Amino acid sequence: MELDPFSLLISIVKIAVVMAWVYGLLRVMGHASKWVKIGGVIALFAVVQIAILFPLNSPILNNFDTGLLFQACTITMVSLGLNLIYGFNGQFSLGQWGFYGIGAYTAADITYRWTNGDAGGLLVAGIGVVLIGLVILGLNRVLSRFRGLPVLSAFTLYLIGVAIAGAVAFFVGASLSPLLASLFGTSDVPGILRGDLAVQVVFVLSVLIAGAFAAEVAFLFGLPVLTLGSDYFGIATLGFTIVVNTLMVNSDTILPFPEMKGGRGMVGIPQVTTWFYAFVFLLGVVVVMRNVMHSSTGRAILSVREDETASKAMGINIANYKLLAFVTGSLFAGIGGGVYAHYIGFLSPGTFDFILGFNPLIIVVFGGLGSMTGTIVAGFFWMFFLEGMLRVLLGQLGTEAPTWRYVLYPITLLLMMLVRPKGLLGSVEWGFLKPRAVPRRETNQAANGLAGIAPVVK
Amino acid sequence: MQKANSSQPFMPATRKSGARLAWIGRGFLLALALLVLIVLIRSFFDNPQLFAQIAISGLQLGFVYALIALGYTMVYGIVKLINFAHGDVFMAGAFVSFFAVSHFQLHRWPAAVFPGLPPILVTIIGSLTVILLSMVVCALMAVTIERVAYKPLRNAPRIAALITAIGVSFFLEYFGALNFVFSPRFIPYQRPFGVVTWYIYDGIHLVTEGHAPPQGAITFSNIAIIIMVVSILMQLSLQFLVRRTRIGKAMRATAFDKQAAQLMGINVDRIISVTFAIGAAFAGLGGVLYAIAYPSINTLLGVLPGLKAFVAAVLGGIGSIPGAFIGALIMGQAESLTAGYISTPMRDAIAFTILIIVLLVRPTGIFGEPEKEKV
Repeated sequence: MELDPFSLLISIVKIAVVMAWVYGLLRVMGHASKWVKIGGVIALFAVVQIAILFPLNSPILNNFDTGLLFQACTITMVSLGLNLIYGFNGQFSLGQWGFYGIGAYTAADITYRWTNGDAGGLLVAGIGVVLIGLVILGLNRVLSRFRGLPVLSAFTLYLIGVAIAGAVAFFVGASLSPLLASLFGTSDVPGILRGDLAVQVVFVLSVLIAGAFAAEVAFLFGLPVLTLGSDYFGIATLGFTIVVNTLMVNSDTILPFPEMKGGRGMVGIPQVTTWFYAFVFLLGVVVVMRNVMHSSTGRAILSVREDETASKAMGINIANYKLLAFVTGSLFAGIGGGVYAHYIGFLSPGTFDFILGFNPLIIVVFGGLGSMTGTIVAGFFWMFFLEGMLRVLLGQLGTEAPTWRYVLYPITLLLMMLVRPKGLLGSVEWGFLKPRAVPRRETNQAANGLAGIAPVVK
Repeated sequence: MQKANSSQPFMPATRKSGARLAWIGRGFLLALALLVLIVLIRSFFDNPQLFAQIAISGLQLGFVYALIALGYTMVYGIVKLINFAHGDVFMAGAFVSFFAVSHFQLHRWPAAVFPGLPPILVTIIGSLTVILLSMVVCALMAVTIERVAYKPLRNAPRIAALITAIGVSFFLEYFGALNFVFSPRFIPYQRPFGVVTWYIYDGIHLVTEGHAPPQGAITFSNIAIIIMVVSILMQLSLQFLVRRTRIGKAMRATAFDKQAAQLMGINVDRIISVTFAIGAAFAGLGGVLYAIAYPSINTLLGVLPGLKAFVAAVLGGIGSIPGAFIGALIMGQAESLTAGYISTPMRDAIAFTILIIVLLVRPTGIFGEPEKEKV
């Protein structure tokens, strides 16, 4: 079969437009004027929204492209989280895909139950997430007073606390849910809670709950495992992804979630994700990440990567900052998973196979370790170039060609590591994500050092 | 107010010693161990035959893992790299023997060359040839991988090398999955020799057609015996190689201190290549045996056994050869028992649970020496 030059051209133009759009977004967000900032973001959002909607019967962005766009948003969120963990904090993690899966399944389960007239999912998960969060924070307060506490003991205490909080949440949520049942109406007469708006609110809540839940799991898992060395940590997190995947395959037998249907895949998830939600969640993740990285917390996270001993000497609690980065990164992954689940409407354990979990890693490595811009650009580029363009174009070449993608990924990864291990963009940041220049101090000491988050490149 | 600890004079007085709470963690582990023990003992007394059957299949698995784990532990001992591609070398071993047997009938060559040879000798010599061929191909492959991908990164951060290893692993898997290479399908594997099964029930009997083993009999096959014998032989010969020969001495020296070894006139690059080659040859052998035992192969075959063998190596103490062996046997039993008594799919999960627990409780593994310096 022959390559169609026209579709090749269209694909290239599409990728160029998307890249320009991403660049424009970051530039506009970094503008000094508040009104330009808000207006620009809204305009860039609207441009895509219009392209999705018009012309009515054959929109500029067809279903395939819209899907790519949503998936680019989710994979960018996941990869940003991984970049926080690996790129900025230096903890090589392969567990991101597991947290993504946890987020997707959690959010999907909540909305699935809701649309089937069961508020219990939302109530139990919501109360549980809040209670567990409170327990973790409280215990953290108490346990930080103990010096040299063995990590296993701390883990045991957290585990007991979380188990108690979970049990309480389960009973409270389960007993409250019948109260709402009358508001759901019957299948003939839809009640107030079955309306479109209610589902959307539940969707947003479920995504947030999913993120928080993934973060809490990350806390419990990361607490003992982050004490390991770098490559052991990588293998342990890879193991986490595999365990999560195994649990997904057995979600109807080992875990008590018959609606997840185990290996057959979960169907009937309301497809609520629109461009608005995908964009807003992505924007939220980007803003949170940027603000974290430009704060003293972010600098502490960076210092852990650069030199653990030195940062310890500066009074930085290494274990805490590693955990913080890991938990925040997993939060992003969970949110990404929630958004993805409600876009695709169908979840199967195959999506969360650990082999696909290397995708965010490839994106982060490509974009540059410790470059948010790089991750965002690489995330969109990866989705539109490799998934969009290559799949279509290689598909035109013959039936076997699409499998070549998976041969090209590792080769590019290998070349990348051999030729440019710091990633394509290194630590370059654009517009909004650029570190602010440090105000000159009177002591004149900080004048020479460009501070902010620009990492030291050796 | 509490008096400040004399050894830590700058610590605030409000901080309490957490070491006193160590019993909580130990108690948790003890409870976990007790639970496992109770489940095991109960299952044993429930149905001893089933338990023995599961243990035999665990042994078979464990001895295959041992062959893979040796490669991991040797490579890690010398270059401190988790050689992710090792599992795919194992896969390649299975595929080489598949092609040798199914396409080229290599296991029949003694019969073609010496027509008068008794069939049992034909099978033995033919199978050995197939196995040797796989081992050699795998060794060459590993040396190539090492030269192309790992050597340029020897002084790079460890994570860069790890990502490269992951890339190599992916490349091998998906290149192999192309239609003109091995194709992504599961391929039925033709064994170079037939399966003979025995059962234990009032003595050892041969299972023949129309003569099924009675209820409650423990069955085992020649494959299990071959795997165990070959694995033990290989383990012993490797011990001999490492402990008694010049090259083994050089390997130990390189593992101990690469720079000092170089100063002593040891060609470190060559030693590293040899280590990769030996590890890969063992993995290739393991691949053949694994394919003979579980005769359905595809290109993702090596991923999970590879990871589990790595866990076994860590469990035994990475860098230690007997440790890898013992760790692999434990892993095989753990996996088999999990599959038998908990749930078949959970056997993949148990490996990593063990890994995490081992790394927390004794990061150096069973046979590992405590780490002297932090890398």
